[in-house]
Amino acid sequence: MTAVLTKRRNANRRAVTGWPVRLGPVALLLKPRTVLAGFVLLAGIAAVTVTALGTGEVDLTLDEIVAVLTGDGEPGPQFIIETLRLPRALTALTVGAALGASGALLQGMARNPLVSPDIIGFTSGSATGAIVSFILGADSLMQVGAGALAGGTAASLLVYLLAYRRGGTGPRLVLVGVGATAALTAFNSYLISKAPIHDAMAAQSWLVGGLNNRGWDHVTVMAAALAVLMPLVAVAAFRLRALELGDTTAQVLGARAEASRLLLLCTSVGLAAMATAIAGPVAFVAFAAPHLTRPLTGGRPGPFAAAGMGALLLAGCDVATQRLFSPVPLPVGILTAGLGGCYLAWMLATSRRSHR
Amino acid sequence: MTTMEEKPVQTASRLRAESVTLGYPGNIVARSLTVSLPDDAFTAIVGPNACGKSTLLKALARVTGTQQGSVYLDGRAISSYGAKEVARRLGLLAQSATAPEGITVGDLVARGRYPHQTMLRQWSDADERAVNAALAQTGVTDLAARFVDELSGGQRQRVWLAMALAQETSILLLDEPTTFLDLGHQYEILDLCARLHAGGRTIAAVLHDLNQAARYATHVIALAADGTIAAEGPPEEVITAELVDGLFGLPCRIIPDPETGTPMVVPRSRNTVPAAHYS
Repeated sequence: MTAVLTKRRNANRRAVTGWPVRLGPVALLLKPRTVLAGFVLLAGIAAVTVTALGTGEVDLTLDEIVAVLTGDGEPGPQFIIETLRLPRALTALTVGAALGASGALLQGMARNPLVSPDIIGFTSGSATGAIVSFILGADSLMQVGAGALAGGTAASLLVYLLAYRRGGTGPRLVLVGVGATAALTAFNSYLISKAPIHDAMAAQSWLVGGLNNRGWDHVTVMAAALAVLMPLVAVAAFRLRALELGDTTAQVLGARAEASRLLLLCTSVGLAAMATAIAGPVAFVAFAAPHLTRPLTGGRPGPFAAAGMGALLLAGCDVATQRLFSPVPLPVGILTAGLGGCYLAWMLATSRRSHR
Repeated sequence: MTTMEEKPVQTASRLRAESVTLGYPGNIVARSLTVSLPDDAFTAIVGPNACGKSTLLKALARVTGTQQGSVYLDGRAISSYGAKEVARRLGLLAQSATAPEGITVGDLVARGRYPHQTMLRQWSDADERAVNAALAQTGVTDLAARFVDELSGGQRQRVWLAMALAQETSILLLDEPTTFLDLGHQYEILDLCARLHAGGRTIAAVLHDLNQAARYATHVIALAADGTIAAEGPPEEVITAELVDGLFGLPCRIIPDPETGTPMVVPRSRNTVPAAHYS
């Protein structure tokens, strides 16, 4: 690995600040702020992970955690970490990362910072899928996840097709999405009220979103999904640089606007679908993660920074719900929704005053 | 630059539209329109509202397609180019360009480099040179770290122009670049366009003010309300009292601009109120 870091020669031309980094065929401009944000997020994730692994009914020391992770731990700590805590922490991190990246891509695509996968009918569609699979007798989390994945993807696709006219979607996408969400939410309430009581209760508790009883099979599915989707996120992030400036300017810059939008939408829905299939519709992570990266990166939130923030946010909230409300196994979705609601209110209140 | 397989139909200009029909079915703004932008000229496109000026500019830049006919760039149908290939040859400053919130001036201008970049190679020395040059040319270097939302309208328009310049295209189209600017900033932008033209770029701008068009453009294309060309040529020949009355329904006199000698439109007084009222 020969990373050539060239510090800018001419200090008085401050226009573009950063270090051009070349690594084989890759050439990027690394901004100091971005590097700093990366370190802060990694440090935060490390701290949350250590807390998740080391605290609970049995507290473990850092030495014990390191010993288990490097493969020579005592049987007791080994069981606690490998079977109970590590898969849950990794599920939280991967689901959070997927949601954060998904939110950043959608907000950029819609040029609207209040957008999240809810807005294009995704969340309500996946809820429909999950409720239907409960009614049809699904008895494992994976079966419900598959139902949610199908429902969410179908709803998003339908919204896209309904919004499509004259070779493009543009602002109609959000409008149709809001309509579809309202209709699907009503349909979901109808399904739940008609369903047998135990199905309705199971569906209701799934709809909150949580990470209880998540194991290595969930981690494997989520990690595989990220491995497939993250390269697409990189492509989408690059397209977003043009698409964020509006369809006309994107077209002028040589990024086919509608093709870019479809790529962004598919990537974003894919991420949210996998996250929802694994953890249920965890509220507000996709919406809030891009916003929370802003103070760190000092500009437009990119999907990778948002992924880091999403991972930190969900893992942090999950540790907090486990420890604060112990021994009640409260689903993490309740805390994220509560925090998210307060955050949204605060953001709207302050954005009236300042323009940013 | 390109190996031209097919013979250019006409060698006159690098960018032209050949009998194009513009608009959507049910809302056709121009039929069989043939327009060519002379090379190395500063072309002003003028005409009444809704005559298809913006639509023409967008079709020339391949932002929108044509119902019939083709646009030709450097002798080849523009539809035969790759998207980024067109973007490396011609730029367009759109009328209603709005920056995403929370973007800095430097970041916005750097996005003009998009057609020169790939997913893997997102930054090069050429990118840096072009961005710095564009910021300097438009006088916004000192604003680079500021947020675009915080700027005044005049500053913002210069920033968007800087983004278009960073694209480093030899043809630059501008859709009403002076709209929503106060008088001082209007002339600031036009002076900038004149400097870019003098620096060797082919410029075409949709302008509303005929006096500004006459003063700055070397070639004027006047579109009529039905989307046909009413007149075309040097401003002195195109801007006549008959044309202005015909296109805009405005009786006027044309006098030489006392500053530049170019035609200047002075509308005839149509006041029904006696002049004494104003004394």
